[in-house]
Amino acid sequence: MADELSRDRPICVAVLAIGGQGGGVVTDWLVALAESRGWVAQSTSVPGVAQRTGATVYYVEMIEAGGQTPILALMPTPGDVDLVVAAEWMEAGRAIQRGLVSPDRTTLIASTHRSLAVSEKSVPGDGVNDPQAVEMAAALTAKRFLRADLSAIAQANGSVISASLFGSIAGSGALPFPRSAFEEAVRAGGLGVEASLRAFDAAYDCLDESAPEQADANEAPLPVLSGGTPAERQKYHALCERAGAYFPDSMKAILRAGLNRVVDYQDAAYGEDYLDRLEEIIDLDKRVGGNDKEHALTAFVAKYLASAMSYQDVIRVADLKSRSSRFARVRGDIAADEEQVVAITEFMHPRVQEICGLLPASLGRGAEENRFVRWLLSLFTGSKRVRSDSLRGFLSLYVLSALRRWRRKLLRHEIEMAHISRWLANVTRTANDDYDLAVEIVRCRRMIKGYSDTHERSMSKYDQVLQGIDLVRGRADAADWAQRLHEAALQDPDGVALAGALKTIESFSGPKSEVA
Amino acid sequence: MAERSFVQEVQALRLGAGETFRGEGILAVTKALLESGVGYVGGYQGAPISHLMDVLADAKDILDELGVHFEASASEAAAAAMLSASMHYPIRGAATWKSTVGTNVASDALANLSSGGVTGGALIIVGEDYGEGSSIMQERSHAFAMKSQIWLLDPRPNAESIVKAVRDGFELSEASNTPVMLELRIRACHVHGSFETRDNVRPDFTLEQARNHPRRETDRIVLPPASFAHEQEKVTKRWPAAVEFIKSRKLNEFFDGDITDIGIVLQGGHYNGVIAALRQLGLADVYGKTRVPLYVMNVTYPLIDDEVVSFCADKRAVLMVEEGQPDHLEQAVSTILRRAGVTTPLHGKDFLPKAGEYTNKALIEGIRGFLDLQAEKPAALAGSKTAAPLPDDVANALNKAVPPRPAGFCTGCPERPIFSALTLAQQDVGERHIACDIGCHLFSILPPFNVGASTMGYGLGAASASGLNIGKGKRSISIMGDGGFWHNGLASGIGNAVFNQSDDVVLIVDNFYAAATGGQDILSSRASNRDRSTRHPIEDAVKGVGVTWVRRIDHTYDVGAMRRVIEEALTTDASGPKVVIASSECMLNRQRRERPIRRKALGEGQRVVAQKFGVDEDICTGDHACTRISGCPSLTLKETDDPLRDDPVAFVDNSCVACGHCGEVADAAVLCPSFYRADAVHNPTFWDRTLARLRKGVTAKLQQRRDAQRLQEPVGEQP
Repeated sequence: MADELSRDRPICVAVLAIGGQGGGVVTDWLVALAESRGWVAQSTSVPGVAQRTGATVYYVEMIEAGGQTPILALMPTPGDVDLVVAAEWMEAGRAIQRGLVSPDRTTLIASTHRSLAVSEKSVPGDGVNDPQAVEMAAALTAKRFLRADLSAIAQANGSVISASLFGSIAGSGALPFPRSAFEEAVRAGGLGVEASLRAFDAAYDCLDESAPEQADANEAPLPVLSGGTPAERQKYHALCERAGAYFPDSMKAILRAGLNRVVDYQDAAYGEDYLDRLEEIIDLDKRVGGNDKEHALTAFVAKYLASAMSYQDVIRVADLKSRSSRFARVRGDIAADEEQVVAITEFMHPRVQEICGLLPASLGRGAEENRFVRWLLSLFTGSKRVRSDSLRGFLSLYVLSALRRWRRKLLRHEIEMAHISRWLANVTRTANDDYDLAVEIVRCRRMIKGYSDTHERSMSKYDQVLQGIDLVRGRADAADWAQRLHEAALQDPDGVALAGALKTIESFSGPKSEVA
Repeated sequence: MAERSFVQEVQALRLGAGETFRGEGILAVTKALLESGVGYVGGYQGAPISHLMDVLADAKDILDELGVHFEASASEAAAAAMLSASMHYPIRGAATWKSTVGTNVASDALANLSSGGVTGGALIIVGEDYGEGSSIMQERSHAFAMKSQIWLLDPRPNAESIVKAVRDGFELSEASNTPVMLELRIRACHVHGSFETRDNVRPDFTLEQARNHPRRETDRIVLPPASFAHEQEKVTKRWPAAVEFIKSRKLNEFFDGDITDIGIVLQGGHYNGVIAALRQLGLADVYGKTRVPLYVMNVTYPLIDDEVVSFCADKRAVLMVEEGQPDHLEQAVSTILRRAGVTTPLHGKDFLPKAGEYTNKALIEGIRGFLDLQAEKPAALAGSKTAAPLPDDVANALNKAVPPRPAGFCTGCPERPIFSALTLAQQDVGERHIACDIGCHLFSILPPFNVGASTMGYGLGAASASGLNIGKGKRSISIMGDGGFWHNGLASGIGNAVFNQSDDVVLIVDNFYAAATGGQDILSSRASNRDRSTRHPIEDAVKGVGVTWVRRIDHTYDVGAMRRVIEEALTTDASGPKVVIASSECMLNRQRRERPIRRKALGEGQRVVAQKFGVDEDICTGDHACTRISGCPSLTLKETDDPLRDDPVAFVDNSCVACGHCGEVADAAVLCPSFYRADAVHNPTFWDRTLARLRKGVTAKLQQRRDAQRLQEPVGEQP
């Protein structure tokens, strides 16, 4: 009797999507497609609350039944799925986790774009999960693995991802239907047919079967600053040559980036300060045997000193927000054409501290202590909406940015420079007896970010980490501990992980008083 | 106005005899109701049966033609109570809701209904929200059927069988004077299939006749001594009648197989799953031919003793496939066999999961386990395959990389700013006990907000905080949606708080719809609805039951204002409950309303302003504080090509609907100046263009002047 069992099997398709992406539309198209070819198709889904941005699965079985009534399953069976379509990169990973992808059967189509989960976005540092993990797993589990940024393709064609997904399914050849039948299913669906078909067409032959290889940053030509007076330009080019001559080639990219940043931030003279400081570091670096360490110390200082020197003050923000290149970027972001008029509203909230920071050092300090002045200044602080495209708004930004000329005399600058000096002094002192630890201390600057409260919180974290580092000085594994502290500090906003790490350290080395 | 328009689906309700209906299972049910001459339908929306309600709500004309009365009931209890129209009158009625939660709410009315019994067929369609995709506690509706003696249908999950179950259900109900429950699992509700339609039927006894010729039979009413008689009647009359009907009409199905010494007894709803599993094991084919005999219970209550006995009697072993717990069926079947002196071993949850969804995988493993136990196991068994596991390092990397992705607030959701404000308020006045409710707002318990300690049921948010109502210590906050408010919260929450002199805060989230269930209208909806009376302000209702401290925010996106009101409510000296009503339209529905209008205006060349928010990537420092108090799907991160940066910067993608929340939060929490709003004026007027040219004239000059004076970095890549 066993041999009387029919060998027919349906084609099984699973679509993994995020609620709101339109996985249901793809499913409906698949059903319409199969039925239009005289096949029997059955689709199921479990949308529920997942429709609200959650991960969800749509499942379709289709079979050429020839008059008989097939009994089709309502959910995928691990190891028995022919086509898995992931509407987002990590959802492809989820399909693999669920065992839906198998080497003997499954064609896996994945859109390479990421739609980050809250857990990834909330981390103060870089919480974005590793997309390679999916690449590796897919290579091992899928019979065929096809990928493309189907989201970008949809957008470029004024449509949504469901259309490009459907196009990629057609293009993959995983279903035994002609292209025309796919397109007919889209037409039959009604709604936004033209845009859908454009995206369908673009996606039809966009799929890539081989993993993309990374481009090497060091090969790219070094970026050069534009504009400026002849005198400034001359000075700048001199600095570029000086940098090229004095520092090892390995760090030319980062060095140029740093130099450009500080010159852009202030002026060529400021770039000179930058190189002066760096030359001291590279000399030290060579003295303490950095040659065998590819001068990691200097490379990192080059990177973080540039960021430290180009701290974000009111002047910088006003400067960046009033640039022509920025206006162009905004227009690009909303894809505004020449015809359209674009208004830009800025959300600002200056506090008394920011205003004081704008005053000459002595004055500013006095102001911060004087309650009356604080009250006076508070009139200029608080929630502000600035129309940077209007004359009034633009001029206020423009004038603020012009304070650049006097920046070196202002309170905020004094504070920042003092911080940098303490930091570099610490680095220098440490480099002599523990190169790796010195490098870690340099890297701690990464922690300092944000504005106002957030900035102050990051500062206090930075201080805690440096104090923690002082507790492990002299140990063979000091650098490892420093790195651990540093990573812990970036894990959560409230410094829970950091506090834990510090406790551990104190447990084996009693708290010392010595501070960086 | 529901989230989706059902115009096409409504047309399918008009199909006549011999035509083919194609569509969702739950819509097949809707059509079957009309074919069965139903007189009235009520229910309360909720996944997975929302579409039944939505389609009927859009099908007024058809219903009027047929003389069918449809009510969007205030709650499941109201829907169940409606069925009393079938008590005295020979009118078929149907009610539907999400189960078990809805059945919990309806159970009082159901118990009374099934005690007295029915004259006209009464059908209760429950969407069994169990397993993957479910949003509620995992329980079975089966227990309700047993405790109130309501017959339970669990048909095979294909359109034909589901439709047949509706038709049979009414007849069974009438033949046994007992309400019948039709249980459809999530996937069955959403399964796309087809069936041959019949003509719709006008009820032969109309509601108008009932109203004009009222009847009453005292012995149907639950009051002693009738109530005692009802219990006897249930077992002496109604039960045997039902058994007779089910047997004679062969509602349960037997599928023969050549391996006759074993068999599988299963709930109809798992038939496709069992066939899929047997296929994998090489014991069945895709057309349903099976080698293992099957006894498919399309009726899971009551059981038909002699069907059970005759199927099991001459077998060496039988497997019971029954999803969820407790194992009501397995217990019942073994009792039947024991009484009949049948010694065939009965297996079930010793091989299959004791709890949880019966996925194909679970069924394959369970059935294989059962077959392995048999003396001569079927040869084909070896054939079934299992995918090779990934190497540990790859698997671990994958598990680390794939993030959990629970449901959350949509882009532009007006509830997000409420919880941002609540988070900021708690930073000022300290952490509070927060009682949540059912509805989209319950997503507050998830990251990034992590707000809320409990949810006790739809509309019970405020009531669930009353345990802490002692008027001392820190005020608690309870949250309630507009849906829950009208479902029962007005009485159980607000009225209760007034009467018991609560000093706590109730935050009512008013988004103009029952949003979580698909955007159905409710009493306080702002839209004018042809068939319903809307625009009854929650504020008036709250004051009506005696609340004196009421504040309403009409623009929840104003995080600052929202935060101030919450703090005021938490700190005011006023006595009695403090009610804050946060009103802004559900963005999903708002977009659905406004997009077509905007598209039309654009097409006609009218002036249209399109807004989008953005982040200046060179100003963002990559701290991500904004995402921690927002969590908006469109506010995401992107890697920059800036070698001086380690961390990705904030970035607003194209799904942005310009609700303004990110900017408001950055401002209210004094985060950073990176956010901006860009208003693109399409089809600008002459005045727009002139003003723009004027401005550009000046700004461009100044910019050129500065560019000439200073060195600047080349422009970064576009996202």
